Amino acid sequence: MATVTTTKAASEDKELLISGSEAVAESLTLADIDVVTAYPIRPYDTVMQAIAKKIANGQLVAEYIVAEGEHSQFEIVKHASTVGARVFCGSSGVGWMYAMECLVVTPPLRVPMVCLVGNRALDDPGAFGVEHNDALVVRDLGWMLCWIDTSQEALDTTLIAYRVAEDRRIFLPLAISADGAFLTHSQAITMVPPKEKVDRFLPRYDRGDLLLHPDNPITVAPQANEDWVIEIRRQNDEAMKRAVGVIEEAYADFRRIFGRGPENPWFEEYMADDAEVILIGMGTISLPIKVAIREMRAKGKKVGLIRLRWFRPFPFERLVKALSGAKAIGVIDRDYSFGSPFHSGVVANEIRASLYNADKRPPLLSFICGLGGREVTLEDVNKAVDMCDAAARSGKSDAKTHWLGVRE
Amino acid sequence: MSALICEVVYRGIFQKNLAARIVRGIVLSARKSERWGIAFGRYGDSPQRNGIPAKDFAIVADTKEELEQNMARYEPKHVDVTICVDDTLSKGVESWAWYGLQPINRLTVPNGTVLMTSLQPFDALLKDIHKKDAPYKLSLIRAKASFSGLWVYKEDHTEVRILGALAKIAPSFLTLDAVAEAIKEMEWGSELKVASARKAFDRMETREVKITEGNPEVPYAFQMPKWWEMREGVTIPAIPIGKPKEGGQGYVPERNPYFKKFSTRTMRPVIDFDTCVKCNLCWIACPDSVFDVMPDGTFDANMEACCGCGVCEAVCPVEDCITMVNESAFDDNASQWEAWRKDKAGYKTWLGAKIGDKKTTVRSHGFRFRGQYDEEIKHDLDSGGVEITAGIPGENADRKTV
Repeated sequence: MATVTTTKAASEDKELLISGSEAVAESLTLADIDVVTAYPIRPYDTVMQAIAKKIANGQLVAEYIVAEGEHSQFEIVKHASTVGARVFCGSSGVGWMYAMECLVVTPPLRVPMVCLVGNRALDDPGAFGVEHNDALVVRDLGWMLCWIDTSQEALDTTLIAYRVAEDRRIFLPLAISADGAFLTHSQAITMVPPKEKVDRFLPRYDRGDLLLHPDNPITVAPQANEDWVIEIRRQNDEAMKRAVGVIEEAYADFRRIFGRGPENPWFEEYMADDAEVILIGMGTISLPIKVAIREMRAKGKKVGLIRLRWFRPFPFERLVKALSGAKAIGVIDRDYSFGSPFHSGVVANEIRASLYNADKRPPLLSFICGLGGREVTLEDVNKAVDMCDAAARSGKSDAKTHWLGVRE
Repeated sequence: MSALICEVVYRGIFQKNLAARIVRGIVLSARKSERWGIAFGRYGDSPQRNGIPAKDFAIVADTKEELEQNMARYEPKHVDVTICVDDTLSKGVESWAWYGLQPINRLTVPNGTVLMTSLQPFDALLKDIHKKDAPYKLSLIRAKASFSGLWVYKEDHTEVRILGALAKIAPSFLTLDAVAEAIKEMEWGSELKVASARKAFDRMETREVKITEGNPEVPYAFQMPKWWEMREGVTIPAIPIGKPKEGGQGYVPERNPYFKKFSTRTMRPVIDFDTCVKCNLCWIACPDSVFDVMPDGTFDANMEACCGCGVCEAVCPVEDCITMVNESAFDDNASQWEAWRKDKAGYKTWLGAKIGDKKTTVRSHGFRFRGQYDEEIKHDLDSGGVEITAGIPGENADRKTV
């Protein structure tokens, strides 16, 4: 593990009070992106406005294309990326759905597109609050997916995203998910590193033999029959497997160059070392949970949190290790998966599946909470921990999913 | 326990309904003796393209369990009977969902049968049909290819004649009586058609083919790359641009070396280089970049790339300069321009023989105008096309003069 030197790094950083979306725009400027496409939808539109401002102010030189809809928005950056441009795109909720055809073709074409999904509930009803189902729709398709919970993490993760996606060993698209409102619209003190450090961390995007250019005559995406498709899927599978090592490499380099960042890229462990009950969640749900944990710790309750950063690739081996000491696990999903095993959310079932081969399988309780942007309260968290406590004592999971914070 | 597996090789669109009727007819005829069956088209052929070789299949078995062994497949691994309803396909089959050029008898089992409609003698066909490493039978029904087009069906009884012949080839699965019974129940069946089937049963000609017989050409073979050998990103090298023909003169485009396309052709253009006015129209109009520009400014049609659409003939302003001729009149894909350069007088004689033989130039692989079918039938009759009609009156028979 690289040693962390924080003092010098911090002094070179610029301190800004910015939202998660603005933090992403800072990173895009530092990464010197070439092409960005935009189509407004809340809460993603905050990042598109922030980039427009950067370009208008002359801080960033990039093609800024306002498309006539999300489908074109994602198609344009896909093509730009194949001719060697560093691209950025993004959307939210049903806008992301409207781009679905382009989202599907991006991984097999090995386009290292980086996107921001400002998480938003899917219609209907038309709503603006956060749910994770929008980004999760691409979970099986070869998209790398991560969730962030602060402006700082938004900034850092965007730089890491380009480094990972544009690595020749991977070349897969990457979507960074940011909870609508709580992160996209909320400003916090954020450290912005100098460009010189970013240049050391982030090499140029080199598309190599896949570059669409007259000097490299190739055909991209011909129609194929059954003789070819499974091999192409297998290539994507391998790229996603390779991503595991590349992500770890990128975080280690990030720590070495910027003097900050987590040792464990995959998830944040908050007081989880000795915890008897471990809660698991993604995104800003971590904030009320941390508060609740501190209160419970003060009362002597051994509770901890694992906040998943990376959902694809899913860090199942490391999770199993981190969960091996727990007496009970409570997974809080800010998403739904109607009709799924135990009627749970998506994350809960991924963790259940991860634990299947483990020697030790602690009882796992599944919760659904905070849908449609409903605030997650300390009461919700306490209720979840109480149920986990009971499961820890009995050593058994109930085969149910509990909805928290729903009027009943 | 046994099964009968048949394929019907046909021209996409032009013979689509014909092939569908044959495979359905096989299954429904076998059903008359309590057999189980399936009929299906090769998925890769859909949506069909004009003239592009396509396949339909019929599989009948004694039991449902045995049938299952042959289900959920795109194409059987072997067939007992290969039915070919256009004899120009004897040169091979290359579908648009490319599986490589396949000899017409590739799937035929040892001692199986290739059943074909053709006016050619056996020996002429065996110049085209690839050699096979096992003996088989070649059976012929005397008829020209039954072409119509997308929206018309040529009621020339070809479908029932095939069924009648098949009753002779595989009587344990399809008795002639069962075929007759099934035809009568079809929405397109009739007593006349039953009579046609019975006649085909009697008239079918068969000849054993030895392993020494056939076209010695070995079709292009290749190994599929492993997943890690394929370029990533669904990316393939583009076809490079072309080169001058020779001495810095002319222009020959590069072509896909793996996909020849010529088996798509039912007719091919032959060119009179002496009368060519070098107007470029054929070169411009050809949708497949078939024409190579020769050093003298004339155009040679590359016969490995030509799919035989006939646009060049249509746009050529000079009479008899480009003429479409039945593909079965040729045995190779050699350059016409090279032959002309070598021996101009000899070429003129060859050309005159090709375009002078009306049997080979009047053929159409589709209908280009309303009423062409009626005209064609009449022409067949006037020019002695007895095989297609005499004794096999179609539904329009009362309106024809024999």
